[in-house]
Amino acid sequence: MPPRTCGLCNNARAMLKRPKTGQQICRDCFFYVFETEVHNTITEAKLFKPGDKVAIGASGGKDSTVLAHVMKALNERYQYGLDLFLLSIDEGITGYRDDSLETVKRNQQQYDMPLKILSYDELYGWTMDAIVEQVGKKNNCTFCGVFRRQALDRGAASLGVDHIVTGHNADDIAETVLMNIMRGDIARLGRCTLICTEGEDTIKRSKPFKYAYEKEIVMYAYFKKLDYFSTECIYSPDAYRGHARVFLKDLEAARPSAIIDIIHSGEAFEVSEEVKATQKVQQTCKRCGYMSSNDLCKACTLLEGLERGVANSAITDRARKKLDAEGPAPENLRTIPFYHAPSATPNIAIAINTP
Amino acid sequence: MSTTSTIKLKVEFSGGLELLFSNQRSHRIEIPAVVPSDNSTIIDATSKAGDKTKSADVTYLMYHLRDHLLKERVELFMEAGTVRPGILVLINDTDWELEGEGEYVLKDGDEIVFISTLHGG
Ligand SMILES: [Zn+2]
Ligand SMILES: [Zn+2]
Repeated sequence: MPPRTCGLCNNARAMLKRPKTGQQICRDCFFYVFETEVHNTITEAKLFKPGDKVAIGASGGKDSTVLAHVMKALNERYQYGLDLFLLSIDEGITGYRDDSLETVKRNQQQYDMPLKILSYDELYGWTMDAIVEQVGKKNNCTFCGVFRRQALDRGAASLGVDHIVTGHNADDIAETVLMNIMRGDIARLGRCTLICTEGEDTIKRSKPFKYAYEKEIVMYAYFKKLDYFSTECIYSPDAYRGHARVFLKDLEAARPSAIIDIIHSGEAFEVSEEVKATQKVQQTCKRCGYMSSNDLCKACTLLEGLERGVANSAITDRARKKLDAEGPAPENLRTIPFYHAPSATPNIAIAINTP
Repeated sequence: MSTTSTIKLKVEFSGGLELLFSNQRSHRIEIPAVVPSDNSTIIDATSKAGDKTKSADVTYLMYHLRDHLLKERVELFMEAGTVRPGILVLINDTDWELEGEGEYVLKDGDEIVFISTLHGG
């Protein structure tokens, strides 16, 4: 087969077939179109304004590593005027997160960005290793998801940032659309395709890679020789998501536009007022001050279960009732430090590792 | 039929795929230049001169890797005669989709890279 010429510059040799368009392009044109499309996503959604402090949620994996690289490049090229930080959560998973954090620490040097690492251990007093020891490997993803979400917000608040960007790519979002359909979670279905979510007292979160295909992110990392960590979480058997992922990859192999088509389908669902009305009004957690739709936030509920040795209490309603029947939480219960919403947080000096 | 001639290749696994291959990223291997058309990688006494053959291609390479190098969980590498969806293949740093995918005929010194995209972001 003779080498093909790039469909964009008509000059260099094509090295990649774009899944979105089928276009065959060279390495340099690929870098250019990939970065420009992310830039267009950012400007069309008006994600940032000059002077914003933005934390990149960094796991050491491919998506967040490429995101850090591209955010730095675009911030310089188009003069966004952003102050960029790396924010990592240490879940406390031996042999997984400790290795990936080493990657993040190298990224800090390579990209010359301040890095803040916040651990479950310092925030909740529990590592994932300890949690799995108590709850087993069945529900541990529930704990990890709830704890990570709150840890990211708290880490961001301590950095005084306005905004968290995450590496969720088009494949991830399409997968979440499928998951929400399969679970009948219509309220989430309406929200999961949003590029940016922002509540009154929550830190803005957005996904600049919303339209970036996983294939292109991996190719970008490969061609740029970016340093990333790729081992599956040792506790990760979220079987349902795994099936959704395999199904999606099969669809993509047959028709690459499936990813974008599913995202568009998700966007086209209009969540009825009736469904919206059933979503609970946000309040703040009585124990820790974090946003919550009940008296206690999910993290406090889960933590109480762990502390009282009945960790599955927050997972099922029946177990929760049993816990309530046993009486109120003991006085000496370990709790999460009180959360101050970023607007209320003075921009005081914080301890971060500077490169 | 010159059954004795072989080709040398450099094969690399990354993105978590290396875990299936003794946690080793880079492998140098040698395969026959002419191979059975049915991708059988076991050369036994029953193969006769009349058996159908072809020049070694990437599809044959995948069977070879599966049969001789893969340490565990075949289904995570191959599915329905090709790589599992979600694994990218590069032939001399070029997307294999531009090179005829499995039908690409291997040359001595080629570098083939398999990258999993399925591992965490
Ligand atoms: Zn070009
Ligand atoms: Zn709370």
